[in-house]
Amino acid sequence: MRRILAILMENEPGSLSRIVGLFSQRAFNIESLTVAPTDDNSLSRMTIATKGDDKVLEQIVKQVNKLIDVIKITDITDNKHIERELLLVKVGAMNDKTRTEVKRITDIFRGNIIDIGKQVYTVQLTGDADKLNAFIDALQHETEIIESARSGCVGMARGDKALRI
Amino acid sequence: MTTELFTGAEMVVKSLSALKVKYIFGYPGGSVLDIYDAIFQQDEIEHILVRHEQAATHMADGYTRATGEVGVVLATSGPGATNCVTGIATAYMDSIPMVVLAGQVATSLIGNDAFQETDIVGCTRPIIKHSFNCRTLADIPDAISKAFYLANTGRPGPVVVELPKDILIPQNKGPFSITTDIKMRSYNPSTKGHPKQIKKAAQTIASAKKLVVYSGGGIVISDSAELLTKLVETLKAPITNTLMGLGGISGTHEQFVGMLGMHGSLEANKTMANADVILALGARFDDRVTNNVEKFCPNATIIHVDIDPTSISKTINAHIPVVGLVEIVMQQLLDELDEINYIPDETALNQWWQQINLWRDVKSNSYEQTADGKIKPQRVVEAMYKITKGEAYVCSDVGQHQMFAAQYYPFAKPRQWINSGGLGTMGFGLPAAMGVKLAFPDKHVICITGDGSIQMNIQELSTCSQYNIPVVIVTLNNRSLGMVRQWQDMVYGGRHSSSYMESLPDFIKVAEAYGHVGIQIDTLDELEEKLTQAFNIKDKLVFVDVMVDEKEHVYPMQIRTGAVDEMWLKKGVKA
Repeated sequence: MRRILAILMENEPGSLSRIVGLFSQRAFNIESLTVAPTDDNSLSRMTIATKGDDKVLEQIVKQVNKLIDVIKITDITDNKHIERELLLVKVGAMNDKTRTEVKRITDIFRGNIIDIGKQVYTVQLTGDADKLNAFIDALQHETEIIESARSGCVGMARGDKALRI
Repeated sequence: MTTELFTGAEMVVKSLSALKVKYIFGYPGGSVLDIYDAIFQQDEIEHILVRHEQAATHMADGYTRATGEVGVVLATSGPGATNCVTGIATAYMDSIPMVVLAGQVATSLIGNDAFQETDIVGCTRPIIKHSFNCRTLADIPDAISKAFYLANTGRPGPVVVELPKDILIPQNKGPFSITTDIKMRSYNPSTKGHPKQIKKAAQTIASAKKLVVYSGGGIVISDSAELLTKLVETLKAPITNTLMGLGGISGTHEQFVGMLGMHGSLEANKTMANADVILALGARFDDRVTNNVEKFCPNATIIHVDIDPTSISKTINAHIPVVGLVEIVMQQLLDELDEINYIPDETALNQWWQQINLWRDVKSNSYEQTADGKIKPQRVVEAMYKITKGEAYVCSDVGQHQMFAAQYYPFAKPRQWINSGGLGTMGFGLPAAMGVKLAFPDKHVICITGDGSIQMNIQELSTCSQYNIPVVIVTLNNRSLGMVRQWQDMVYGGRHSSSYMESLPDFIKVAEAYGHVGIQIDTLDELEEKLTQAFNIKDKLVFVDVMVDEKEHVYPMQIRTGAVDEMWLKKGVKA
């Protein structure tokens, strides 16, 4: 089952390598991983999307928590949550018909065309992984995808719950 | 008044002094010469020069296992540090606190593939509890103090501190201060078990008809053998120990049913398989215990007490997990049992013990020694037990001799049995024994080993000469890699691929070349006399080379893929 883990850890050199190393050492799956300092610069927040059965998930959470640099870990998929991912995609826009279609699909998905080249559009879209996948599918029917970059997901619990120290 | 300034190297030594370190085990080299210079100019801490850095780690490890004090290793950058890797992994697998100070090239050279540069923090990342990259002078005392704290609290383990050359040199000086009162917001190991879980555990124990206590290395590390014995005597239940947990209760205690697992006793494994409640204390359901996890004790309710949450329900699902220090949780359990006026169910207990005694009657730990035959290795261990009155520190290498020692030397006390259980590191025995002897010069310290294992760190005979460390080395010499060959006999159609030892040295001459005493034992009738002679030599290292039956296998042995209690009693004989 797909799970999203939010991790709060010391913003120390080597912290990221400990997490990544742990996942490879214990053969845990990483679908995506994002990391950046938080509003408190001494802390990093990491979001990991992973897959595994309950037993594996339990081990992942415990093993990550055991790392000395990790302050908190929570499985945000346990409760109502918000999940967002950023997609940048460069697509072929060589004629009017394609340009119109790309613009139309982008509007439907509430994305933005943020850059244009001689024969390309670059589109930005945020949303959960499903939405991004659907958008790419739709674009692929109309034009050629030249390049795409996804940020990996970040997430947070809905409501008053917060992951803080 | 001006503040006194110190070099980084001096800060290293001052930090270790502040942490009451008595010994450093190490080997000098370019990047740590400043530290060696600082060591030279003080006399609080003694440095023991080994002959290979791996031995430094095992020596520190043995010292720690015997005393409970954190062992300290010092190695230079590059090969010095990488030579420590096996020893760090050994300590990690057995939860042994250790601090490894590893040199590093100057910060300006890091990443340049400089001479003797290795990313030791990267190399050791999967086998340490934590590590520190020092980059400034001020990092040094803080990192060392935190390293000790982390190594020795919660589930203990090794910590690596990387020290680049340019923060150690005399040109850089700074003020020194160290705090040993460490607080870290990201590290707060549990101590007490959750009261609700304790209640549940006590109730489950109270309603058990066939209870067994299964205890491991956690009891030894936490020095809670006395409390364990009290708990077990309150419960009147059988107790089994893991390989790492031997000595957690006296090996001759009437409730002790022996070691469990792959080469455990039949009664221990049968008791586990038939129990309705298993109380696991500081043990981690290792695969060398469980055998096939699918068939492991299907009818038992499992109470698992461990300081490390990752150990719980990792291989075997725990019905009642209790996270906490085992010594505190055991006291909580005793208090709770008292609270609920616990009295063991005598009828059920009698039936349980009657059953266990039938399994005991099989005498699964037995062997046949004919009067005119070759010396059986088990007989050598029994003789050592008799001569040392069961009071020796027994440090083992890895292989058949390790199992024979575990089976035939009942340990009265914790910390008496010192072996690499988790990683199974050949070459561990001799340096570990040296570390123990350093701590307890007046005790018998045995290194029980084989002709394979001893050659993996035999160079340390030189260190023993230099510091006069008179351990007794007993080599069960079967001219082969016995445990490998046993598996080849049982699983690989008797094809002895690379498991024989040709060109063995004359160990007696080797020992003598280093200035030690060598004693050769070839026949059964000279065994006890010559062993006694070896243990009577107090001021010199004695290397006893015992020619044992090369065909002997370790039994009993769990049948592969079987349940915990499915065992071979001897060749072709199932229990």
